[in-house]
Amino acid sequence: MMQHLIVFPVVLPLVAGILLLYQRQGLVRYKRAVSVVATVLLLFVTIALLRQADSGEITYYALGDWQAPFGIVLVLDRLSALMLLVTAVLAIGAVVFACAGDDEKGSNFHGLFQWQLLGINGAFLTGDLFNLFVFFEVLLLASYALLLHGGGKARIQASVHYVVLNLAGSSLFLIAVGILYGATGTLNMADMAIRVAELPEERDGLVTAGALMLLVVFGLKAAILPLYFWLPKAYASAPAPVAALFAIMTKVGIYAILRVYSLIFGESAGGLEALEHPWVWWLSLATLAAAGVGVMAARDLRLLVAYLVLVSVGTLLAGIGMRTPQAVSALLYYLIHTTLITGGLFLLAEMIGLQRGKAGTRLVKGRPMVQGAALAMLFFIGAIAVAGVPPFSGAFGKALMLNAAEGNQRLWLWPLLLLSSLASLVALSRAGSTLFWRSHRGNTSGTALPRRQWFGVVWLLSAAPLLVALAGPVSSYTQATADQLANPQVLIRTLLPDAGDAQ
Amino acid sequence: MELLYAMTTGVLTACGLYLMLRGRTFPVVVGLTLLSYAVNLFLFSMGGLTTDGPAIVSEENGYADPLPQALVLTAIVIGFAMTAFVVILAMRARSEVGNDHVDGKKEDRE
Repeated sequence: MMQHLIVFPVVLPLVAGILLLYQRQGLVRYKRAVSVVATVLLLFVTIALLRQADSGEITYYALGDWQAPFGIVLVLDRLSALMLLVTAVLAIGAVVFACAGDDEKGSNFHGLFQWQLLGINGAFLTGDLFNLFVFFEVLLLASYALLLHGGGKARIQASVHYVVLNLAGSSLFLIAVGILYGATGTLNMADMAIRVAELPEERDGLVTAGALMLLVVFGLKAAILPLYFWLPKAYASAPAPVAALFAIMTKVGIYAILRVYSLIFGESAGGLEALEHPWVWWLSLATLAAAGVGVMAARDLRLLVAYLVLVSVGTLLAGIGMRTPQAVSALLYYLIHTTLITGGLFLLAEMIGLQRGKAGTRLVKGRPMVQGAALAMLFFIGAIAVAGVPPFSGAFGKALMLNAAEGNQRLWLWPLLLLSSLASLVALSRAGSTLFWRSHRGNTSGTALPRRQWFGVVWLLSAAPLLVALAGPVSSYTQATADQLANPQVLIRTLLPDAGDAQ
Repeated sequence: MELLYAMTTGVLTACGLYLMLRGRTFPVVVGLTLLSYAVNLFLFSMGGLTTDGPAIVSEENGYADPLPQALVLTAIVIGFAMTAFVVILAMRARSEVGNDHVDGKKEDRE
């Protein structure tokens, strides 16, 4: 049983999604129950997997017992276990929030939601480059439909851009995979790492081209500077629970960059070592700057949160760009924080919009809110967490990032990171004072918000104090994860025990 | 044969990219289709080109690499489904927004 646990994060949402297909509309209670139960089960599975990975042992699941490098393997190490857990926690908040009524605004919400989880989990687990493509496609297909959930002009327009860009990205992914297969003769990432280390020199150019094309694809998913223009509109127009779940989607791109370049193009790659480094480092800084401007310019709360996602992408990429275990550890801590908090803020923005009637989430004078005080408290916690003000997790994460920068990197990272935090702080306090204090006179009207929505938001935002309270264990786990990533040889030897003999 | 193959793939890619950068949804969809054809051809060639090779490993020297064929099959299925989806999406955008510009603009900005 235990050895099959690794495949559960993929199989569980798949089965749940199939059960949910039973009828397109109706059966609301049945669908909600199946979806919530499946997501909670997923949380327990991922906790068990995290404990398994925490021992430091790398385990893998060979599908159909076809061994690597020929079969498809799912690999569980500390990094993938952590990402799975973050996804499951985020998903619970989003799915409970959706059960308050958002899921009935279109058809098949829960089924698509589960399949999106299937794609995300698969992408975190796979040890094979082509399978990464397949799981990317699964999560994208589900996300196309989820983005359109509920319909409306803004969503359709944002979808056209999102779908076309991602289809072009998928084509590029296939070309990159093709080049890498042609040059190295394998698709398994661990095997590819060995082959790249012994690559004849005349193939260096091919592998470089393939690897940098992969960076473009991952950059599109992660929303790095020249490739992020789809993000603000898509995230701002998506239904709230979907936008919250999308908070992990940019991190899938970050994860892929971290995985592929630390494993395949690590120390053993010789002349090809760190070939992505200058691109990632400088583009991350540029992303940070652009996102800071975007945060200041946003005139809508949802758009503001979408730009905050971009700020986090810039910060995370800078962590990858520094290429030290310390920076990777800091970025993983920051990743947990930013995923959950921005997800929670998307949900909160929806609740604020619902209570303000016609003004919605636009930052203009609106009618006073019925539950204004409670919403304002939550907004305050979320805002200071995401802007990086003590005592919440944002401050801790950003301090770790700043501390990880060395020498010349400080000169660039410190001003940009601090200025973007300042921009977030200014924009969020302006948004908060407009939303909660500058309202029309008159009676409050409207109905109280459903309890499930409160649960979703509180569940996600409680990460802010919890991550500080548990900062010790969390950061020692991320430190161990970073050390494991810095030594890809262990993973390679686990997957391919006789790799030495073959050569 | 390699030269002809490379040229075909290249021309398809170039046409696909050009059409994808157009302002109306129909050329964009056609461009995506052409690009996915080009990608399929490219994937097909990534194991090296062989003619008349058996599809499975044989005793004789030389066989066609079966992996690219499996990958192309996957890519074709995904590409086909996505083309269908994007056509429907473009039609819905046309009916909801009222014109077929990718940015939903009224004026003709070709």
